[in-house]
Amino acid sequence: MANMVDTITATNVVKRYDELIAVDDVSLAVGHGEFFGILGPNGAGKTTLLEIIEGLRQADSGVVQLLGQPAWPRNSALLRRIGVQLQASAFFERLTAREQLETFGALYGTAKTRVDEMLEMVDLADKAGTQTEKLSGGQAQRLSIACALIHDPEIVFLDEPSAALDPQARRNLWDVLRGINERGKTVVLTTHYMDEAEALCDRVAIMDNGKILELGPPAELVRALNAPVRISVEAGALSIELARSIDGVEEVTGDAISTVIATRDPARVLAALAEADALQGLAVRGATLEDLFLTLTGREYRA
Amino acid sequence: MTPFASLSKAMLKGFYRDKLSVFFSVLFPLFFILIFGLIFGNNQSARPLVIQVGSVPFVETMPAEARASLDRAVNIEQGTTLEAALEEVQKGDASAVLQQQGDTLLLDFSSAQPATAGLVQGVFSAFVDQTNIALTGVPPTYTLQTAQVEDESLQPIQYIAPGMIAYGIAVGAVFGAAQTLITWREKKLLRRLRLAPVSTAVVVGSRVTVSLAVAMGQLVLFVAISVLPFLGLQLNGAWYMAVPLVAAGTLAFLAIGLFVGSVAKTAEGGSGLANLITLPMAFLSGAFIPLESAPQWMATVSKFLPMGYLVEGMKDVMVRGEGPAAALLPIAFLLAFAAVITFIATRVFRWDTA
Repeated sequence: MANMVDTITATNVVKRYDELIAVDDVSLAVGHGEFFGILGPNGAGKTTLLEIIEGLRQADSGVVQLLGQPAWPRNSALLRRIGVQLQASAFFERLTAREQLETFGALYGTAKTRVDEMLEMVDLADKAGTQTEKLSGGQAQRLSIACALIHDPEIVFLDEPSAALDPQARRNLWDVLRGINERGKTVVLTTHYMDEAEALCDRVAIMDNGKILELGPPAELVRALNAPVRISVEAGALSIELARSIDGVEEVTGDAISTVIATRDPARVLAALAEADALQGLAVRGATLEDLFLTLTGREYRA
Repeated sequence: MTPFASLSKAMLKGFYRDKLSVFFSVLFPLFFILIFGLIFGNNQSARPLVIQVGSVPFVETMPAEARASLDRAVNIEQGTTLEAALEEVQKGDASAVLQQQGDTLLLDFSSAQPATAGLVQGVFSAFVDQTNIALTGVPPTYTLQTAQVEDESLQPIQYIAPGMIAYGIAVGAVFGAAQTLITWREKKLLRRLRLAPVSTAVVVGSRVTVSLAVAMGQLVLFVAISVLPFLGLQLNGAWYMAVPLVAAGTLAFLAIGLFVGSVAKTAEGGSGLANLITLPMAFLSGAFIPLESAPQWMATVSKFLPMGYLVEGMKDVMVRGEGPAAALLPIAFLLAFAAVITFIATRVFRWDTA
């Protein structure tokens, strides 16, 4: 959050498809250089909201401004300043990685030297001559992000960039995305992964049924939840009765493997456990966005 | 590179790197030209084969001009023995066996092929009669002058080549436009291009340009191969009018492809629909079989199909010896067809799969 000049503002955006209200009166603002996440389960309306912000769809009502200009109708001057990666890997058929970048680059009139820079940045220099149909999911995803960045845009929109990637490929992608943000770009992404939003975003908007339920920095949102911390130790470390007797403990559950202690005062509980020499197999887990989602919607979070 | 040039380049690469589309728009029509051209071939093979056994001075000492005229009618080959030669005739591989004993010409033939047997007999009796007349020194009272009529039913390459060119161009343009539209929509590339500072006119323009370039390449390649001596396509008339004809035809087929691409939801559905349109259209338009030997209703139907106009227009200016004006009506029809279908296609066009 370099400075809070709003790069993106959406005001009372509504979009309905027949009976379904895909986006229900959403307002938000994204600052310059911010990494902003729209988080929610499939069908929450994330993609529709993103496409309205990008200027791909017209909202039924409400206004979106990008860099001080209306996102709708289509505005070529504005399009040069934003980079977009769509949900699917939108490539020209049977072109190599290098040719994709060259073609997209030419659409924006960028210099050819950018192509090698981009390949380098997303770690695909060795795949430059490979046709995109033969790239792995992670490679294709990184290339599509490179295509979105070829013209050095000020804002980058990414729709579920890590969908269908294996854990390692997701980590690699996160590094790429952090690097982009560190270069001063405003990044907006949608995701249905809680951990992704927590790991990357300065602020997240939690969305469900077309509405934004909560908006703020992930850590702040979780803290505001004031959910108990879960401390778990090996099942034999201390008896359940003893655990319940520790001051500040709210709930103790256990099975054959571990004993889990829920508390809002972890410092005192950990000290007591240390005193009782009962820290074998210690693990501490704070509340996550998943807990937040559960609290907000009353149902389990399912991506 | 300009957006237009780079999009065109991308689409051209997408075309020639796709083995299936190259096969159906280039190799498949080429196979047809080669196969039909070679099987029904030039009229060389239509000449009856006459095997000569022993010395036949009547033929050997004939004046060169007369010999050339004889060779145009029959194909004389030197055989080894009488038995072997007669066996060839019995098997039907040769039409007759020719020998000379003194001043008598002996011609053995099989009655299994009465038409060629009659032809061979006629040819030789004519030559014998003429020679006899010439030997008397009396000028003949009657003379017969013959000229070969350019009848395309005699030379299959003359109708196969224009038909196959039309078919190849139709397949290339219909599939090219339909597949581009469908796969680009499926992969959200259409949406992606909406979010690039490039106008729809540039995207459509580059697609049209690439299709026109591919069609011209097909035309040049198919004609270049067809005029090779072993296929023997003879270009008569204002054949250069094939260029604007093919261009107008390409626009008409692109419009069909645009329509298919707009209504079909999946690539599979699109190629099915494209086949469902191009294949019957090719048959009904006389691309595979000449309309002259087809039932009358087919000729009538072809008057409503763009490929019918393209095939007939190309036959007129390429093999029937017609002037450039003959191409004008087909071109006008093709352009009007393209305009109407494009208009309909834009009405049913969708940006998204959903």
